[in-house]
Amino acid sequence: MRAPAPKYTANDGVIATAQAALGDMLVEAVDKVGEVSLTVDRDRLVEAMTALRDDPMLQYQQLMEIAGVDYPEREERFDVCYHLLSVTKNHRIRVRVMTDEEKPVPSVTGIWPVAGWLEREVYDMYGVLFSGNPDLRRILTDYGFRGHPQRKDFPLTGYVELRYSEEAKRVVYEPVELAQDFRTFDFMSPWEGAKYVLPGDEKGGEPEAKGAPTPLKADEIKKTDDAKAEADTSKPKSTDSPKESGAGQSHPGNQPEEKPGSPDVAPGKGQNQ
Amino acid sequence: MTDYIEEVLHNREAQETGSGDVEIQNYTINFGPQHPAAHGVLRLVMELDGEIIERLDPHVGLLHRGTEKLIEYKTYAQALPYMDRLDYCSPLCMEHSYVLAVEKLLDLEVPLRAQYLRVFFAELTRICNHMLNLGSHVMDVGAMTPNLWMFEIREDCLNFFERASGARMHSNYFRVGGVHQDVPLKLLTDIADWLDTRLPKLFGDAISLVAENRIFKQRNVDIAVVSREDALAWGFSGPMIRAAGIPWDLRKSQPYDVYDRMEFDIPVGTRGDCYDRFMVRVEEVYQSARIMKQCLAEMPEGPIMTTDRKVGPPKRGEMKQSMEALIHHFKLYTEGYHVPAGEVYVGTESPKGEFGIYMVSDGSNKPYRCKIRPTAFSHLQAADFMSKGHMLADTTAILGAMDIVFGECDR
Repeated sequence: MRAPAPKYTANDGVIATAQAALGDMLVEAVDKVGEVSLTVDRDRLVEAMTALRDDPMLQYQQLMEIAGVDYPEREERFDVCYHLLSVTKNHRIRVRVMTDEEKPVPSVTGIWPVAGWLEREVYDMYGVLFSGNPDLRRILTDYGFRGHPQRKDFPLTGYVELRYSEEAKRVVYEPVELAQDFRTFDFMSPWEGAKYVLPGDEKGGEPEAKGAPTPLKADEIKKTDDAKAEADTSKPKSTDSPKESGAGQSHPGNQPEEKPGSPDVAPGKGQNQ
Repeated sequence: MTDYIEEVLHNREAQETGSGDVEIQNYTINFGPQHPAAHGVLRLVMELDGEIIERLDPHVGLLHRGTEKLIEYKTYAQALPYMDRLDYCSPLCMEHSYVLAVEKLLDLEVPLRAQYLRVFFAELTRICNHMLNLGSHVMDVGAMTPNLWMFEIREDCLNFFERASGARMHSNYFRVGGVHQDVPLKLLTDIADWLDTRLPKLFGDAISLVAENRIFKQRNVDIAVVSREDALAWGFSGPMIRAAGIPWDLRKSQPYDVYDRMEFDIPVGTRGDCYDRFMVRVEEVYQSARIMKQCLAEMPEGPIMTTDRKVGPPKRGEMKQSMEALIHHFKLYTEGYHVPAGEVYVGTESPKGEFGIYMVSDGSNKPYRCKIRPTAFSHLQAADFMSKGHMLADTTAILGAMDIVFGECDR
């Protein structure tokens, strides 16, 4: 490793030791970018974690972090990653279980009390359920918040905004109204898999034109609007105008119809209402 | 019959006047969210039995800004300034974890001078952070003067940050592959003078007012004692775990940058109470100064940014001459660099404890997931068992000794 990242005890033999201690609870073990990741059976997580903490060869005394990751294209879309630290062996390890919105993950609060809040955070951000956590409330989001903001299908702008209303003399919640549409730019190089056609290169893929076309008869002539509508669908995408490049278009997650109805939300004053 | 009536009357009298043992129900009070000793926006729902704390439920998240979500929509370079705004009392230590995590994914070599500069400024940040924490802890338990004196030191530190990076607090100074720009020699000599003269004098004076002070000790000694086992189980780190008697310092045990070349001691507490936490931080300030002096003595000349043109931007002067440099500059500041797919967890010793970044990359120019491990989450969670059975007034001492900043806790 050339990077000046924290150096701890080498990973040599850790996977073999973990394999011996965990047996068939271990689904997969990888050693990548200098870090060991173990994927374990979700239903036997507590047993596996107890083994990792108490095995004299492993001794991971501290649970430093529980992180959720969302892969929406997977069937079990959520990863829950536990980062363990051994202060005696000076080693770190990552334990991963996979789950979806419904299948609960066994809570490890019985092994490490610190897991209480960490699991609450994963629940708050992703909606992963933890069975056995005595206090599975939301933690970081607002009181009465709906949705799980770290999911990839949750829009960056959220659904509601709040302000102090002088008329109501209290804070009111309203649907988000953006003065400017949310914009994401694709800076990918056109030589490395970008979807759009370079300016001036629009006709690059078409066969060469044959010369001037035969003039049309009166009944063959179409109205300009129709022709434009047809041409728009057949024309390859170009970056001539912001409309065609996709800049300024609203983000897929920000479509109004995707917003869940909420009785707490007062209707806004904007023109799109 | 008269006997019976007398007995009833006697009973009623006893009930009415009582013997002082009036049954008091527990009552619940709100501490914060706007309380000067809450160190930000913390709401503590406390259940009190008289003045004794029975249960304490911290409500956090009032400063939640969705940093982790925002980072997923930014390139790696654009996401860096968000780190400053996490723990705004020790911004450079937050950046440190982030740049190390990205460098680990890139497997990027960093020039030696840049590593020294990063360690140097991370330690200055530690001094700066401890000045705020020690000062406010002292003020929370009733003393005013030391806080004012320590803010003098903090002011000096912020001026140094300004001279190095241009900004007093949100420096945005570290970069993936090095630091943003080299420091002038005069700044280094000025800091060297400051370390030799002003810091030890001012800090020593301020601490001498409280360290042996009877009132200060009464408010802190034996308050919120945490055993070694509890410290491990509750995921403590930094001064909190050291005060509990475990000599665990990531700078020593898992050295990053040039910490493996530094000589310093790890202060350890003996009782695990608030006073130990305070004194561990006091000693850490002296040790940080020691590390900074070693950095000044050993720091080599040389580049401060990686020469890998796919990550480090070219110099302005180079761009005037070289087309290649211009293209690199344009690409780095629009598309940014692509980071190989993979996942890393990098924890560094921030002034408050282990500050970790769990970075998942999918090979594109934006992080797929950037989980921030705040130090405050595990410490604040333990506030419930730490303050159980203590007086209401001890809460401020317990919170002060935890060193919590809500920018980082709530993200």
